[in-house]
Amino acid sequence: MSRSTLLSLGGLALLAVLPALVRNPYVLHMLILCLLWTVLGQSWNLLGGYTGQVSFGHAAFFGIGAYTTGILVKSGLSPATAWWGLLLGGLAAAAASALIGWICFRLRGPYFALSVLALAEVLRLVALNWKQLTNGAEGILFIPAFNSKAAYYWIVLALAALSMAAIRFVMNGKLGFYFLAIREDQDCAESLGINATKYKLISLLISAFFTGVAGSFYMNYMGFIDPGIVFSIHDISVMMILVTMLGGVATTWGPAVGAAIYILMSEAFRTYLKSGHLVFFGVLIIVIIIFFPQGIVGTLNESLQRRKRRLAAPLASGPAKGAA
Amino acid sequence: MSLLELKGVTKRFGGLQAVGHMTFGVEKGEIFGLIGPNGAGKTTVFNVINGFYAPSEGEILFKGERIDGLKPYEICRRGLARTFQVVKPLARLTVLENVMVSAFSRTDHRHEARAMALEATAFTEMEAWRDRMAGSLPLGMRKRLEMARALATKPELLLLDENFAGLNPAEVEKTIAIVRKIHESGVTILIIEHNMRVIMTISQRLLCMCYGEKISEGTPQEVANNPSVIEAYLGAAHA
Repeated sequence: MSRSTLLSLGGLALLAVLPALVRNPYVLHMLILCLLWTVLGQSWNLLGGYTGQVSFGHAAFFGIGAYTTGILVKSGLSPATAWWGLLLGGLAAAAASALIGWICFRLRGPYFALSVLALAEVLRLVALNWKQLTNGAEGILFIPAFNSKAAYYWIVLALAALSMAAIRFVMNGKLGFYFLAIREDQDCAESLGINATKYKLISLLISAFFTGVAGSFYMNYMGFIDPGIVFSIHDISVMMILVTMLGGVATTWGPAVGAAIYILMSEAFRTYLKSGHLVFFGVLIIVIIIFFPQGIVGTLNESLQRRKRRLAAPLASGPAKGAA
Repeated sequence: MSLLELKGVTKRFGGLQAVGHMTFGVEKGEIFGLIGPNGAGKTTVFNVINGFYAPSEGEILFKGERIDGLKPYEICRRGLARTFQVVKPLARLTVLENVMVSAFSRTDHRHEARAMALEATAFTEMEAWRDRMAGSLPLGMRKRLEMARALATKPELLLLDENFAGLNPAEVEKTIAIVRKIHESGVTILIIEHNMRVIMTISQRLLCMCYGEKISEGTPQEVANNPSVIEAYLGAAHA
């Protein structure tokens, strides 16, 4: 096992015993949100960061996951929703993504980004108006299955670890190479034997699946959703992009770091700056874009590599002399 | 039966005919050169063969089967690879990773792809550059990366699009040696080249096109002495 795997497992074990030490439900709630946004950031990062297919409407998949769970519970079909039932939300989101991806990925450029944005808005309006199914603007309310926050903490921790491990695994194999190739140059990728439409679709399926699972978890944990919350452009779709960019696009740890910073900052701003919090949040984002254009993890990686190169320079002959 | 056969291939962009009634065959085991003045339509011929464009008219046969209308990735998997005149490195991947991407068209396993990429980079003498980001390579190495990547797809026919352009004399010699080595390993080559010294020495047969039409085909000597070829390059006064 490599050192980084051991470190990750150690960190995971540490996080797993945290509820035994932290009894404060508010702190646990913050941690749960950080982990939930880690899952969301990871999902967006796979498609937008690694595969280069930017989505402005991942709330569509989040909302589908949340409503799948909400509707199932309301109709009494799925008692164990907080556990394996999360899968159903993910599968429903993946199915919807297959449809939109199959249509849009034949085109290049901004079509996909814009169609998903439109999809999220269409779904919000449908959820608002199809009252028999979704209960409209009143939303769906049910009593969460577990009383303790610790149970939810462990579930979302497992989700975060699982999504990270899954994406890491995918990125290490053939799929990962293909995703990166498509991001870098689609023409080139196709001439090297890659069916770009197919592999973009696979990336979208995985991404939408985890987003749907996260939406499903959100419904279970909060016990309440309405169309404006789960299909929100600025609170879900755009925040998924920001969390990823904050932490570092196309990095393993970026989404987790971005999620932690985003949740803690926005909570602190909301508490201390009251109604002015959005202004400061905006300033923070501008600062990060100017000083950490690669995101926090991306910028750190880069400076680490530069240092390593500088240290190694006197020893290595370098390719400049190595070949003509 | 020729390895690659074009029968009356025409490609029009709206009213502009970029390639007209192109008919020729590339025999297995040869190096076939494609020359012509700038804008003659050479790269368009490649783009049609490789599947970026479907021909407006005509048929393309590879190993006796029609490939016109197939997608580039399908054509690549049948054993027809190409390089790009305007190089397309996957900039934020290393050289080795670039070549691994193309090796994955022949295997699903990472270690096998890696082994094939190591082989292809060694074949093109890029060992010292393997861990460099492709986006930071100098032009000569970018051109060579194009070849390594195409080779890793294990092609039977390789289309080389101006792999000598912009190289210094030492690099030109090196690249000639590599192209010969590729050829000797059993790969048939169709090459576009402006460097006349190079194309005259390495190709067995030549085709010269001008304004999208074939104006001459034959051995390098025949083509070079053809009056219409001289006219296309130097003007009527020299023909």
